[in-house]
Amino acid sequence: MIAVDENGFYGKFGGAFIPEMLYPNIEELRENYLSITNSEEFQKEFRSLLKDYVGRPTPLFFASRLSEKYGAKIYLKREDLCHTGAHKVNNTVGQIILAKKLGKKRIIAETGAGQHGVATATVCALMGMDCTVYMGEVDMARQKPNVERMRILGSKVVPATSGSKTLKDATNEAMRQWINNPVDTHYIIGSVVGPHPYPEMVARFQSVISEEMKTQLLEKEGRENPDLVVACVGGGSNAAGAYYHYYNQPEVRLIAVEAAGLGVKSGKSAATTMLGKPGILHGSRTLLMQTEDGQVVEPHSISAGLDYPGIGPVHAHLFDSGRGEFVAVEDEAAMQAGIMLSRLEGIIPAIESAHAFSALDQIRFNKDDVIVINLSGRGDKDLETYIKWGNY
Amino acid sequence: MNRIDQLFKNKKKDILSIYFTAGFPHLEDTLPVMKALESAGADIIEVGVPYSDPIADGPTIQDSNMVALSNGMSLHKLFEQLANMREHLSLPVILMGYLNPVVQYGVEKFCQKCKEVGVDGLIIPDLPMKQYIYEYKELFDEYGLRNTFLISPQTSEARIREIDQHSDGFIYMVSSASITGAKSGISQEQVTYFERIQRMELSNPRLIGFGISDHETFSKASQYAHGAIIGSAFINILKKANEKGDLSPAIHSFIQKVKQ
Repeated sequence: MIAVDENGFYGKFGGAFIPEMLYPNIEELRENYLSITNSEEFQKEFRSLLKDYVGRPTPLFFASRLSEKYGAKIYLKREDLCHTGAHKVNNTVGQIILAKKLGKKRIIAETGAGQHGVATATVCALMGMDCTVYMGEVDMARQKPNVERMRILGSKVVPATSGSKTLKDATNEAMRQWINNPVDTHYIIGSVVGPHPYPEMVARFQSVISEEMKTQLLEKEGRENPDLVVACVGGGSNAAGAYYHYYNQPEVRLIAVEAAGLGVKSGKSAATTMLGKPGILHGSRTLLMQTEDGQVVEPHSISAGLDYPGIGPVHAHLFDSGRGEFVAVEDEAAMQAGIMLSRLEGIIPAIESAHAFSALDQIRFNKDDVIVINLSGRGDKDLETYIKWGNY
Repeated sequence: MNRIDQLFKNKKKDILSIYFTAGFPHLEDTLPVMKALESAGADIIEVGVPYSDPIADGPTIQDSNMVALSNGMSLHKLFEQLANMREHLSLPVILMGYLNPVVQYGVEKFCQKCKEVGVDGLIIPDLPMKQYIYEYKELFDEYGLRNTFLISPQTSEARIREIDQHSDGFIYMVSSASITGAKSGISQEQVTYFERIQRMELSNPRLIGFGISDHETFSKASQYAHGAIIGSAFINILKKANEKGDLSPAIHSFIQKVKQ
């Protein structure tokens, strides 16, 4: 059973380990998010925007050439076709409506690859809200087109210059700015991380992914459940959405694909479940890459969206309980899988999502198993990385 | 008697608490800085345990944390440095740091060590009250450690009452909605907040921190509480003094100026 308890824990993981200065904000959110998001009014607006603005339902595409290559029935859940190019917008649409209902005037967000930042800037433009996105200085350099997209959409992009200058530091900076602006500001966290209720709330907004998968599979395969669901995991929001309605269906195997970077044992990796120990980061107890002294270790992945030293507490629990199967894919293998998908199906995936495809080489499955791979984002933002890598 | 309790029993106003980061500016500066603080006339010493991701701290303390970590500071090292501190120091000593390093060290072993070297209290900003009561209070009590909670201008009255009930030692009043070192000067809005808390007649003494940097802000804050805490401004003094070489004269002159 994967459910969050009243204190925000999934088994041993989760909770709300926050400075007292953030307590009123988190408490306001915790007290109100369920009643607001369950209300008919909210659901109507949310569903309508998902349909007409985001472009949902996203297709479930039978990838015939990929299926032939691997000897299974492989479907792609096309989150890459969402407005803004990734699943991230499902969550930002939900949170912006919530923020408005809470009477907030300003939005802040963190971003790694820039996909969540763009998705946040987009809904802020749509709703006429002031928006500031914090982004690691290193990520700003490697994801420049997304920085400009956010600026075109009218958002401010502020570099995070501390630590490794990547996603972790952007998240620190957004939290600090929330402490500085506690009353009128809502913080839109982009993944299933952070203090309760964020992980649970973000998973709920992303759960539309597996909700649609069930209907679509029923139509195409005559059954709601696939044999395997495969998704990449950094913080883990696309995976949480793809698994959500299958957590309690033990016959569905949940495959989580982490970024091994240059290799799990290379010291340049982001494979949190393999390298991490329980610890506390960004307000929740989770698996965390850290030194013996409890200092957070700088992760590495070729994909900025997976370059995070922690993992959502729900995934830490999936790992700990054995419900999820975790594999790690190295940079090189992910790039090759990205090219493979481009050539076999005519779809250039985000490098994050490419990791999920590479996992097909590592996991065992039966002939004719129905496998759904969550294609969380498109590769436009990564063209420069593909070009630099050059091996195609 | 716990040195924190003793201090607040004997002194009711103008209590000066100074925060600095262990192992800053140099690894072996921890104890010398503490000795200088005691001889210069501080009332409480808050020793910061550096952490890679200090989310409640501004750039000054972030930087001192990074410097201390790259100097090789850790809890193991800190307890080594503090092993004989009670031969030199009589002031209350508080460790202030984030939860993760404490958890990795082992909470019980950490408490044991604190007691062994003579630490009197703890401030762990990201340890929420609920979790403290549920998992930590018993251990802290067993080893005679006072735990300090923070409150901010946004903390509700009901929550403040609850915090007061579960605090021992003192309550740390964050002076404004901000991270450390964010601003200087005390506004009328802040005074209104200080007065509101003063009128609540809490059972624990209060110290005001964040944005306290000099004599003016210290004495103003002290009018509304038992005293105040200086952190970032003191780190900046250490940084400057380090460029000239000798920390002790700068520490003495700073404390004297603040207290006047």
